Amino acid sequence: MEKKSKSFYVLTAFFGLFILFLYGPTLTIGILSFQGPGGGLTFPMQGTSLNWFRELFQEQAVGDIWGSFRRSFALGLMVMVTTVVVSVMGGFAFRKRFAGSGILFYLIIASLVIPSILISLGVGLIFNQFGLKIHWATSGFGSQLTWTLPFGLLIMFAVFNRFDKSFEEAARDQGASPWQTVRYVVLPIIAPSLIGVGLFGFTLSYDEFARTLLTAGSYNTLPLEIFGMTTNVTTPVIYALGTMTTLFSLLIIGAFLLTVWVLGKRRARFGSDAGKGV
Amino acid sequence: MLKNRHIQGWLQASPLTLILIGFLILPIITIVVVSFWQATEFSIIPAFTLENYEFLFGSPVTYKVFFATFKYAAITWALTLLIGFTVAYYLAFHIQNQTTQIALFLLCTIPFWTSNIIRMISWIPFLGRNGIANSMLQSWGVIDQPLEWLLYSDFSVILAFVHLYTLFMVVPIFNTMTRIDHSLIEAARDNGASGFQTLIHVILPLTKPGIMIGTIFVLTLVMGDFITVRFMSGSQKANVGRLISNDISLLQYPSAAATAVILLITVLIVIGILLRFVDIRKEL
Repeated sequence: MEKKSKSFYVLTAFFGLFILFLYGPTLTIGILSFQGPGGGLTFPMQGTSLNWFRELFQEQAVGDIWGSFRRSFALGLMVMVTTVVVSVMGGFAFRKRFAGSGILFYLIIASLVIPSILISLGVGLIFNQFGLKIHWATSGFGSQLTWTLPFGLLIMFAVFNRFDKSFEEAARDQGASPWQTVRYVVLPIIAPSLIGVGLFGFTLSYDEFARTLLTAGSYNTLPLEIFGMTTNVTTPVIYALGTMTTLFSLLIIGAFLLTVWVLGKRRARFGSDAGKGV
Repeated sequence: MLKNRHIQGWLQASPLTLILIGFLILPIITIVVVSFWQATEFSIIPAFTLENYEFLFGSPVTYKVFFATFKYAAITWALTLLIGFTVAYYLAFHIQNQTTQIALFLLCTIPFWTSNIIRMISWIPFLGRNGIANSMLQSWGVIDQPLEWLLYSDFSVILAFVHLYTLFMVVPIFNTMTRIDHSLIEAARDNGASGFQTLIHVILPLTKPGIMIGTIFVLTLVMGDFITVRFMSGSQKANVGRLISNDISLLQYPSAAATAVILLITVLIVIGILLRFVDIRKEL
């Protein structure tokens, strides 16, 4: 492309506006959550205070926020681990064409495009019909997997499509068993992508609403709790909660990205031991 | 290692298959079955009937709500495509430094990993009667009265859709664009194409797979939505998803299931058409 043309500046401005559009509202409720005790849901600020954050910690004021946070966190971890393990196994399976792999592939796509309320409704109906109790850790867990697994698998497909098979051949030629090849050659190479899959697994579960709506049972997850609050809480306490949740998400995202970055650095430093053997 | 690659493949894919059977196929089958059941006010009865569908197709509300769903989908699609393509184009062709490119790309994708509900809530201080938008417009003298249609209207619903789902366009389009061979663009320029001609005749056709994948995401997310419409319209507007969730809250499961079946068929037809234009397996 040419040296900074006029279109570059126009597009930069457009991109800037887009970022403002993406983050502006979140920043606004971040500011408004410091609203003074007498302030309302919009500007102007009636002074600044930590009043609304304090209210979050008085459980009876706004429902069982901390309980729902703990459940969402636990569920997020469960979904994350399951998504990583199942996606990696699925990724390995799809490296070779096996009978019926085409159907399975379209099932994965179907899982991605099916309206989430259908999963919620269907799983809820099954549990009802069989007299099982719906619970976030059973029906909620399974329903969320139908949303996180397709993302995990698509990432694994992309990873294995770019995977250089000569590494494995080299390992085999040196006498590595199939398990050793996977453990010491393939897994270390794909490790950064696995962290990416984990990030999807955790955050998509932690924020999922529609698929947990009818499958969480009597104990709410955090998004359900927050949505319940929108109908009966009319103070900035909901902004304070939103800000805390977003900060928590950013913390998690930051931790994942940092791990990927550190792994990349380490790999750059210790990358190849070619020629270093005796 | 097992000799037979078919058995080995299925063994490795077995956890995946079991989860998809249990939480995707069985639920769909159940919905289809229940959509033919009868309902009383208190319970559902497993007796075959077509009355759920008769009621659904006999009610003018159904057609109105399906029309609204398509309207939301079409407008959101057009806007997210326009914005998403422009953003992806800027990132892929105007940012030379790869670190900057990755950083800006991450900046665009981070909101995807945060809560949709909170991102919806965060529009309230902007769009409300005494919100930022109204007070700014009033102080500039553009309007005398606060605009009532900013919040709890079609406008706010579509705004929220665009806000939530544009990155589903940015990511696949950017992904396809970064794979375009730059020598093709140089060739176009050497042959005298203007920047705009290159964009229309070279970049746009080569980006089609990414656009199709983004389209699939946006259309299915908008068509299957019920919570954005409910929240951003203050329960004043309806789409198919809300029709289903209303039936559910009234415990009218067979009726909800029948609507869900029709919605599913509609979505699958749309996806079926779109998949004719793109081979997803090739694009990964």
